[in-house]
Amino acid sequence: MNKVQNNRAWFLILPVFVLVAFSAIIPLMAVVNYSVQDSFGGGVWIFVGTEWFESVLADERLHDALGRQLLFSGLVLAIQIPLGVMIALTLPTRGWLVPLCLIVLALPLLVPFNVVGTIWQLFARVDIGLLGHTLADLGIEFNYTDDPLHAWITVVLMDVWHWTPLVVLLCYSGLRAIPPAFYQAARIDGASRYATFRYIELPKLRGVLTIAVLLRFMDSFMIFTEPFVVTGGGPGNATNFLSIVLTNWAIERRDLGPAAAFSIIYFLIVLLICWMFYTAITRIGQADKR
Amino acid sequence: MKAVRPSGLALTCYLILLMLPLYWLIKMSLQSNEDILGTFSLLPVNPSFDNYITIFTDSSWYLGYVNSLTYVLMNVTIVLLVALPAAYAFSRYRFIGDKHMFFWLLSNRMAPPAVFLLPFFELYHAVGLFDTHIAVALAHCLFNVPLAVWILEGFMSSVPREVDEMAYIDGYSFPRFFVTVFLPLVRNGVGVTAFFCFMYSWIELLMARTLTLTDAKPISVTMTRTISAAGLDWGLLAAAGTLTLIPGALVIWFVRNYIAKGFALGRV
Amino acid sequence: MTWLHDSFGWMAWTWVTGGFFLTIVGLLSLMTIWELAQPTTERRGFLPITTTRGDRFFIGLLSAAFIHLAWLGLTDGAIVWALAIAAAWMATLLRYG
Repeated sequence: MNKVQNNRAWFLILPVFVLVAFSAIIPLMAVVNYSVQDSFGGGVWIFVGTEWFESVLADERLHDALGRQLLFSGLVLAIQIPLGVMIALTLPTRGWLVPLCLIVLALPLLVPFNVVGTIWQLFARVDIGLLGHTLADLGIEFNYTDDPLHAWITVVLMDVWHWTPLVVLLCYSGLRAIPPAFYQAARIDGASRYATFRYIELPKLRGVLTIAVLLRFMDSFMIFTEPFVVTGGGPGNATNFLSIVLTNWAIERRDLGPAAAFSIIYFLIVLLICWMFYTAITRIGQADKR
Repeated sequence: MKAVRPSGLALTCYLILLMLPLYWLIKMSLQSNEDILGTFSLLPVNPSFDNYITIFTDSSWYLGYVNSLTYVLMNVTIVLLVALPAAYAFSRYRFIGDKHMFFWLLSNRMAPPAVFLLPFFELYHAVGLFDTHIAVALAHCLFNVPLAVWILEGFMSSVPREVDEMAYIDGYSFPRFFVTVFLPLVRNGVGVTAFFCFMYSWIELLMARTLTLTDAKPISVTMTRTISAAGLDWGLLAAAGTLTLIPGALVIWFVRNYIAKGFALGRV
Repeated sequence: MTWLHDSFGWMAWTWVTGGFFLTIVGLLSLMTIWELAQPTTERRGFLPITTTRGDRFFIGLLSAAFIHLAWLGLTDGAIVWALAIAAAWMATLLRYG
């Protein structure tokens, strides 16, 4: 759409700018200030320069946590996006089943993070959980508190359970927006099911898939509460993700300087990855319109 | 009767798997802790509503729900009020720094809440808002405002410009045009945005926990603190968890008609 | 002054970080004035995407942050050198990117 050049539009943006600046810029400035000083409590600070950054960058635990975090986000995206698209394709398009399916699908989305954790604790425990108990009956020793692999399976499964419906709902409404004429044309041409998907449905889904990928990446990269409730970062450090490490430093240990330096690096990584995603996707979109 | 297609079968399986953990939670909530730990069964043994009665008769429990709902509703209201004009500006005008402003907003959606915990704690202390509902509502704006602007911008861009121009020719002022003509056209978008804001604010725990102590303590925090204090009463925990599903279920019921159409977020 | 201290004392300002933020604000204002005086056009330089001046500035800032981090993590040299590299890179980006 052709937009009109008008710098007075800034007045419409102003409330948003002030509101977000209050909760983003001021805290971010404070984080930067903390990151170059050592705190002795009671408002006493000593300037230490870039010392915290150097120690944080050299910290093996953080390299591991970053690796785990990237693996987790990658896994979650690799499972949720294809699964979500497939489920969306199988959903009925009309009839009384539609609202029922949609409501059932949307339900997990509105479960608070810590309740998701509680649910999966209850569900996966060997003594009282349906999943754990059933697996034990089948002869599989499933123990997410001792076995790192099982802890990972639980955490990934939990995230898939919680968030795949978001991908499904986005894709479903994307599919609904395709005019029936497109499908008729495909049928006349004798297109296979795969060809219909590849050349009609997938291109139309790009807009919603952009949102799904970005949202899921951002949220999975900052995941905290669910693994914290279920595994507490353990066993050992197996599910110790970046946010868990950071919260531990900042709140429990009150190591303000290192925590702040860590925060800045964490934020920069997220910013870089999201910028690449965002740019790539919007550029492809523009190229297609031409 | 039609033969059951394989895709229908797969869908049914998926939906059942989706509901199993929730069923298990509700089942647990109807049992006492002894029964939960004592016998394993698929159906509730000695079902009773004792856990729910405990929650509804203890103000430290039920006030948690009131607190959570209060700040969530405040948040949704604030977000919609500021995001609607901003999204209109982004969808209609080009101005200096528009793309960068948009990405800066989004970058706040990307910022991990853990990064902001400490300064938030200090900031809200300094301005005297610590342990109030509005503090949590404002803090949640950090990720909900950018999301709302992003979603609404998509919807508004799909409304043709001619609508605006016609209204101005007819002598509408901007506020009157916006409320009486434009808003009804994007009400799907407003519904879906409200849904997303409610969702993210309702499920968020980290900031809500950091910014509250007693007066505005949300239900999710009441739950985590009770675990450590009283040992694990799985039945009570499950009942509290089940009750957190109800506001979500109500919201879904209200937006059920928007889900199919509106969730494309104007981006197809 | 006490009011100032009570309200902002928790932010633990230092001259270095204060100067840093003032520089950023100054650069942003300069870019805005430049843009008002001489609006940018999208173009294609050595970067694989078409960019406006503002885009290149943003890329420059983001990569400057990572240049500094890499310098701190990989070398023992003084941080001024990282600043010099970042500034040179920013100039290259704005001119040829």
